[in-house]
Amino acid sequence: MSKWEETKRQITESQVWQSIFRHGYDDTPGNRVQMVSGNVWLHLHPSKVRRHAIRMRFTWCMGGITFLMFLVTVVTGVYLMFYYRPTAEYAYADMKYLEFDMPFGMFMRNMHRWAAHGMVIAVWLHMFRVFLTGSYKPPREFNWVVGVILLVLTMLLSFTGYLLPWDQLSIWAVTVGSNMARATPLLGYEGPFADWTGANPIYDARAFLFGGGEIGPHTLLRFYILHCIFIPLVASLFMAVHFWRIRRDGFSGPPV
Amino acid sequence: MSRELFWLAITLVVTVITNFIPGGRVLILPELFVALMILLYWAAKPGAELDKPVAVQATGPGDDKVHTWPHLVRSEFLCAIFITLGLILWSLVVDAPLEEPANPTRTPNPSKAPWYFLGLQEMLVFFDPWHAGVVLPTFIIVGLMAIPYIDINPAGNGYYAYESRKYEILTFFLGFHILWVSLIIIGTFLRGPGWNWFWPWEVWDSHKIEALTNVNLHYIFGIRSEAGAIIFGAVVVLGYFVVGTAAMYWAIVRMKGQEFMHRWGMPRFVLTSFLFLNLMSVVIKMVLRHAGNIMYVWQTPWINF
Repeated sequence: MSKWEETKRQITESQVWQSIFRHGYDDTPGNRVQMVSGNVWLHLHPSKVRRHAIRMRFTWCMGGITFLMFLVTVVTGVYLMFYYRPTAEYAYADMKYLEFDMPFGMFMRNMHRWAAHGMVIAVWLHMFRVFLTGSYKPPREFNWVVGVILLVLTMLLSFTGYLLPWDQLSIWAVTVGSNMARATPLLGYEGPFADWTGANPIYDARAFLFGGGEIGPHTLLRFYILHCIFIPLVASLFMAVHFWRIRRDGFSGPPV
Repeated sequence: MSRELFWLAITLVVTVITNFIPGGRVLILPELFVALMILLYWAAKPGAELDKPVAVQATGPGDDKVHTWPHLVRSEFLCAIFITLGLILWSLVVDAPLEEPANPTRTPNPSKAPWYFLGLQEMLVFFDPWHAGVVLPTFIIVGLMAIPYIDINPAGNGYYAYESRKYEILTFFLGFHILWVSLIIIGTFLRGPGWNWFWPWEVWDSHKIEALTNVNLHYIFGIRSEAGAIIFGAVVVLGYFVVGTAAMYWAIVRMKGQEFMHRWGMPRFVLTSFLFLNLMSVVIKMVLRHAGNIMYVWQTPWINF
């Protein structure tokens, strides 16, 4: 046995190594199952999948890409949070600071934004594929509903993030996008029957969303918390349910 | 050998390209790409000798399963690497937009919502905000959620089946591709100042004036009084839903038979026809507006359709 082999054996047989890696890397059926079932990340998968379901032409990979985009926005988003202050005085200046002074600042912001757009597109295509393969049919009906909730949350995540640069593009896009809340029947002051409920510009659905009658610093803080904490938490919970149900029901496919 | 040469060539090309991207050098990108390509080469290696025996072992009667590791994990890994590479390249070349600081006193013209909501903003041309911005999105979300419960066709559960699911797929196509996606494209690329229509080769002229010649439907029928308009609109709108539901009932019984309708059940039928008629109402309203200059079908002092 060479010295290299001997050292390798000593390492892989040590208590520390074996406490972390519980099985070898030999390509045996048992190890293949353990690779998946014994790994917290990979055990989102069943340890065996139907052959047709992993073909690119069948799956399009869009659900996985949506999740990947989510992870990219989480990593880049945490980086951006270190340098961004959600107040009207500093927010825009911090964007410039990110662009010109921070190492990788602009790169991280670009990745964050493009991954967010990519996530919206991927989640739509994922829904389209799941519809085409009829994968929402029993027993997976409720998982489709969870998927629709995640689709809405994805767009809300993107929408709340849109405001944070605090430039002309962001406040006006969010103003236009939120004006619909002002027109909610009964609950918005420009909507039908507002005078019955007493909805007014500073006390209606849009004011609740904005934290005030007009878009302003209070809105920035509100959207920041929704964007960075509240919606990601809620989306993560629904993602857990979504993935767990796929795991339970197995990948859809034609009857065997 | 040719496989190795292939990856080597890609690595060289990417290295050369990244050296010319502004900032690419700073980010140690060439080195990053070389590392990624080595990873890729390793990941793209075909499965080990074991694959065939395992597949045989796993094949009981009617069992078509393979091990997740390495078969699925490998494709996911490759897919993740390629998408991440694409995203990194895109992020290096295209900067996220940043305009001048927020100024609540200067409204840009046009003011557009984020692109994924532009379909809804485009609907404002055809409907009042409470309808286009609140009611229709609610119907979209509820309608999407209802799909698995109203579709009792057992065919195509887990595979592509176009022939046996013609109507389902056509409806989804109408809602998703024709309406949602094409309205986004119109809203993004063809709407300019004043939300006027501008072709890509036209200059955005913020002084463009379009004559507002739209009239309400009751006006065309010679009805001038407010009460007359309310009654006329109510008859048309409610009539659309009553006649539409009846027509759908007739069509479905004719196509699928009474037995299917019985099995499908009234709640499913009513929900489906209500959602479908709302979907079609968008199409009808678009045609009326674009081709017939019709503003409202039903105008009341409180609410307009």
